[in-house]
Amino acid sequence: MTQIQEVTLDEIRHLVSERALTGETMLLNMGPQHPSTHGVLRLLLELDGETIVNCIPDIGYLHTGIEKNMEAKTYQKAEVMTDRMDYMNTVGNNFTYCLAIEKLVGLDVPPRAQAIRVILAELTRIQSHLVWLGTAALDVAAMSVFLYCFREREMILDIMELVSGQRMMTTYIRPGGVWRDVPVEFEAAVREFLKIIPRRIDEYESMLTKNPLFLDRTVGIGKISAEEAINWGLTGATLRASGPDYDVRKFAPYSGYEQYDFDIPTRTEGDVYARYLLHIEEMRQSIRIIQQALDKMPLGPVRSNNYKFVPPPRSEIGTSMEALIHHFKLWTEGFNAPKGSVYVATESPRGELGCFLEGDGGPKPYRVHFRAPSFDNLQVLPKLAKGHFVADLVAIIGSIDIVLGDIDR
Amino acid sequence: MSDVLGTYQQRLLDTFGGSTTEHAGETTVILPAARMLDAARMIHDELGFDFLACITAVDYWPQENPRFHVAYVFRSLGQTLTLQVRAPVSGIEPSLPSIESVYRNANWQEREVYDMFGIRFEGHPDLRRILMPADWVGHPQRKDYPLGYEEPQYSFNFDEIRARKPAPKE
Repeated sequence: MTQIQEVTLDEIRHLVSERALTGETMLLNMGPQHPSTHGVLRLLLELDGETIVNCIPDIGYLHTGIEKNMEAKTYQKAEVMTDRMDYMNTVGNNFTYCLAIEKLVGLDVPPRAQAIRVILAELTRIQSHLVWLGTAALDVAAMSVFLYCFREREMILDIMELVSGQRMMTTYIRPGGVWRDVPVEFEAAVREFLKIIPRRIDEYESMLTKNPLFLDRTVGIGKISAEEAINWGLTGATLRASGPDYDVRKFAPYSGYEQYDFDIPTRTEGDVYARYLLHIEEMRQSIRIIQQALDKMPLGPVRSNNYKFVPPPRSEIGTSMEALIHHFKLWTEGFNAPKGSVYVATESPRGELGCFLEGDGGPKPYRVHFRAPSFDNLQVLPKLAKGHFVADLVAIIGSIDIVLGDIDR
Repeated sequence: MSDVLGTYQQRLLDTFGGSTTEHAGETTVILPAARMLDAARMIHDELGFDFLACITAVDYWPQENPRFHVAYVFRSLGQTLTLQVRAPVSGIEPSLPSIESVYRNANWQEREVYDMFGIRFEGHPDLRRILMPADWVGHPQRKDYPLGYEEPQYSFNFDEIRARKPAPKE
């Protein structure tokens, strides 16, 4: 057995205060299995009584080497792994990765596929925000919201199952379009959901927004100013709660987001409560986007007809020799992407999800890197937590909306 | 590509030297690694790119000089611009200056690059491994690092399997 190297105080001496060395303050381990850490996050806390002096996050417990593994698979096969990164935003991960491939090889996506992508991405955003709302409220001891949120989330997962056969790991968005057209029941199911959800969001708000217990736990906790938030690379609701209206959907519109009319809600307080209000408002904006996308969803193909990159439809394989060859080549060798690199970003429920993709002329990605929004958002935690109570730390972790699968990849 | 971005890229090239490369309509500026901190200051203070989106690296092994490219993506939220910069780094004792003092979120991003590629960032306040365990040997994202398909090691045969396992180069 090899020796296990222990992390000694020496290695983190520069991260704790002088008082920890003399034993005046206490070093306390929180996690990696603590129920309020939203995954396997470990925090080393330096405490003065109940007050946090320093907080040192320790991540990597969910690191599965997805970026390295993707280098060993063809472009299409590697996509399956992207679902597993941020497991609350599976469609968004596929979306980002496919956009990167499409930009790298120069592939067009038909308008109908773009609209389907937008609808699914926004449904995923609502789904992710619902889980966030439930768990973040649970963190500050508002138990009942959790069950209500999961009730509505089920409806979205049912829609996902309807279109892709899978509830969470859909891999439905493919390079050049989507896997297949949506079933006929899709529109009715989404419209049914759109009819129900606004009322339900009001219901969540009635449980929390003016609840004095909830206000006590959230107002003025974990504040950060606009300049600092930008400098710390925060994105998503965590950034917008401080003021800047940075949203990738407006900053660099992709997949036809420019044709939809929606607002980017912002607040200026920059505390836990502001982040909560933004998540609620973002759900309402997502509903608006889905409504518009559904109303003007164009007809037509859902996959590019560039068969060098996109498999031909099954009906053609039976009659066309060329289609058969394309299909065979795509599923054995994959397609070759040119040399060069691209950086593509989408707005995930947590912020800017970027994909840095480099091709070397072969069928496998030479380098894939995901700029995970949670990774940067978690980084600011020590700053937000300083001076607060341990119980507030739990509320702050909840509010910055991290998914450890996204951070560790 | 907007003209403003083109002017900014030209200013960077005039000040620091270097070259550009283009793919899919995006121009990337390649700057000398040794002056990356100065470049970051100029990008932040003078050109107004206030937001660092991403730092990552690419390994061009077995090419040795430069073996790595460290890639940066800066954004200017006010001007709606995105600037891509690359810094080539040699494969022998790879290092370049840290830009953590300019962009705070470079802290973890550089730690991840260090962890995955073994590129040292000079002046970084806390350069420890971030995703891999603290006692890990090797840097997994390097191209000469073996990828899986190895026998699993259990406590009873750990050393036996380790002896015939492909070893990463440190």
